[in-house]
Amino acid sequence: FTSNEEKRNLSLGGHVGFDSLPEQLVSKSVTQGFCFNILCVGETGIGKSTLMNTLFNTMFENEEASHYQNGVYLRPRTYDLQESNVRLKLTIVDTVGFGDQINKEDSYKPIVDYIDTQFENYLQEELKIKRSLFNYHDTRIHICLYFIAPTGHSLKSLDLVTMKKLDSKVNIIPIIAKADTISKSELHKFKIKIMSELVSNGVQIYQFPTDDETVSEINASMNAHLPFAVVGSVEEVKVGNKAVRARQYPWGVVQVENESHCDFVKLREMLIRVNMEDLREQTHARHYELYRRCKLEEMGFKDTDPDSEPFSLQETYEAKRKEFLGDLQRKEEEMRQMFVNKVKETEAELKDKERELHEKFEQLKRMHQEEKKKVEDKRGYLEEEMNAFNKRKAAAETLSLSQPVKKDKDKKK
Amino acid sequence: MIKHKGECARAPRATQQLKNTISEKQYVGFATLPNQVHRKSVKKGFDFTLMVAGESGMGKSTLVNSLFLTDLYKDRKLLNAEERINQTVEIIKHTVDIEEKGVKLKLTIVDTPGFGDAVNNNECWKPITDYIDQQFEQYFRDESGLNRKNIQDNRVHCCLYFIPPFGHGLRPVDVEFMKALHEKVNIIPLIAKADCLTPNEIKKLKDRIREEIDKFGIKVYQFPECDSDEDEEFKQLDKELKECTPFAVIGSNTVVEARGQRVRGRLYPWGIVEVENQSHCDFVKLRNMLIRSHMHDLKDVTCDVHYENYRAQCIQEMTSKLAQDNRMESPIPILPLSTPDVDTEKLIKMKDEELKRMQEMLNKMQQQMHDKEQ
Repeated sequence: FTSNEEKRNLSLGGHVGFDSLPEQLVSKSVTQGFCFNILCVGETGIGKSTLMNTLFNTMFENEEASHYQNGVYLRPRTYDLQESNVRLKLTIVDTVGFGDQINKEDSYKPIVDYIDTQFENYLQEELKIKRSLFNYHDTRIHICLYFIAPTGHSLKSLDLVTMKKLDSKVNIIPIIAKADTISKSELHKFKIKIMSELVSNGVQIYQFPTDDETVSEINASMNAHLPFAVVGSVEEVKVGNKAVRARQYPWGVVQVENESHCDFVKLREMLIRVNMEDLREQTHARHYELYRRCKLEEMGFKDTDPDSEPFSLQETYEAKRKEFLGDLQRKEEEMRQMFVNKVKETEAELKDKERELHEKFEQLKRMHQEEKKKVEDKRGYLEEEMNAFNKRKAAAETLSLSQPVKKDKDKKK
Repeated sequence: MIKHKGECARAPRATQQLKNTISEKQYVGFATLPNQVHRKSVKKGFDFTLMVAGESGMGKSTLVNSLFLTDLYKDRKLLNAEERINQTVEIIKHTVDIEEKGVKLKLTIVDTPGFGDAVNNNECWKPITDYIDQQFEQYFRDESGLNRKNIQDNRVHCCLYFIPPFGHGLRPVDVEFMKALHEKVNIIPLIAKADCLTPNEIKKLKDRIREEIDKFGIKVYQFPECDSDEDEEFKQLDKELKECTPFAVIGSNTVVEARGQRVRGRLYPWGIVEVENQSHCDFVKLRNMLIRSHMHDLKDVTCDVHYENYRAQCIQEMTSKLAQDNRMESPIPILPLSTPDVDTEKLIKMKDEELKRMQEMLNKMQQQMHDKEQ
């Protein structure tokens, strides 16, 4: 049995037609529809909802968030959008209450938990025996837009801490929000400071891919403009003879789609028009795979066992299951023991209390008896006195009867 | 028993003219008193301590520079984000002597770098309240000392608090800070970096902040009422001023060319924001109020209300403590005690209660026996 393993390049004698494969793929994916999930992280009021409205040119319903939440909550909302014949299932996840608490040490946790949960759900689906991945609504976050407040100095400490926790789990694009409050020169310094702080702290942000020649040039130039300084607006202002989306100030009009005013157009290009598919790929191929590997390693799965033989998933699974059941049984026993002990304790306590009460009752009874006896004695004594007194009274009366007149006369005096 | 504004006597702005029929020949001459006061005060000079507080990046230093038209922060070093994760609040004083038309002012700016910048900001206002109390205490000691010729007044006369314009109103840290300080210092809340808000948004935010200040019971500095005999224009201005709070301010360290003039402002691709343009922001109102009309009132309220409250509280604490310790630590003569000792009172109360309980038990037992007999 010999086989020539070397690949050979053959030339075609005519047009076969497999150059239509990309079109077939495209048409299939258009029929399926696309799915995209955006996570917006930023403090309350920084402009997350307005930017989403501006990016997708629609009004997603939104109430203003309050500053007084106890913690950070993630609020996912899914919308079905359509443009030409392409359908998009868009999920926007908002971080409510981010940056409002006085102690923000745990602020990043709900965000990390949410991202992990989406990964976990996908993993569970993947590991199922009977699975339907083509039908699965993929909720994994494809992009995290991190909104930086336009202070003009540098990142906030909360920003640094949060981005460091997220950079290995999700693609991050940092953006400077409400950028119409920073002048051009300040903006240049601000961007440099932010990027240098990110680099010196080892925060990995999403790099627009430069491996594909058709987009490498534009992506490379965009990478140099990060973080994007954006302004959002859904209101329209008349400029010249057109109505454009803008913000009207007493000193001028900031136009959202004017590239010399802000980087909104750059963000839209990069996020939606050029790299959306790459973001989805990176999420699946890099972030999800990392999560999956860590999770499975945790569970005890390996690719090769100590003897360098490929492990059977089945065997490992069985072993883990036995272990788990054993654990369960042990825990049950423990709990049963504890319960029995507690019952015994309580019984003993109750018995003690009963005894105490009984003793007290006896004591009181005794006291009562004593008192009664005393009172009886006194009564006896009193009765004697009464008798004695009566006797004397009777004696005195008989005496007075024998000398009535004198007494009366004395009395009348 | 905290005093509030209006309960203590404050110097009337314009004296009531006594209607009398004194003719020119009987002119006494005390009408020159205001001039004498003016002369003496110019000779003595004035001092004012202003505290600025708020998160980093709100434009505090820029505003101070714009207000006093100098550069107080020449060699300032700003911290990186990682250095600020566990940052504590510092208190830094800058003192400058400035002079205008012969009037000297010793201006002290108290800076509070680090406020609200760490990840965990629990009680981050404590160093600030401690500082203010320390100044009160220092003045209290000086005032009660034997040699009172050269007392330095380092008490904080006013605190400008910078609220970020990016949110929907006050945040928990803003509320907690103002509540911790409103009875120690005159707080003037400001909306910082107001050039990120359109006029509608400014109005909404001001209304919301005023509402929340009311709701949380924060006592910010109140402008004194106009005297009834001021002219209408003044009253109108005063009314506008009051309805404009909290002031939405913008500051600038740079001078730009706008409408043919050189003014302090910020240059944007879409226009130029002028700091002193009243239709752009409330900077002029703030400056007028802070420097030109109400500086002395701020000092008065600090002396008559905040300091007096502190002093009264201090004395009360001292007398009750000294009675227990029986030690003379302060140079102040102690007034005779009228309040009983707290500890012995407690003991007495306890014993009383015990007696009462025993009495009740006895009664109950007697009742029981009585019932059993019958």
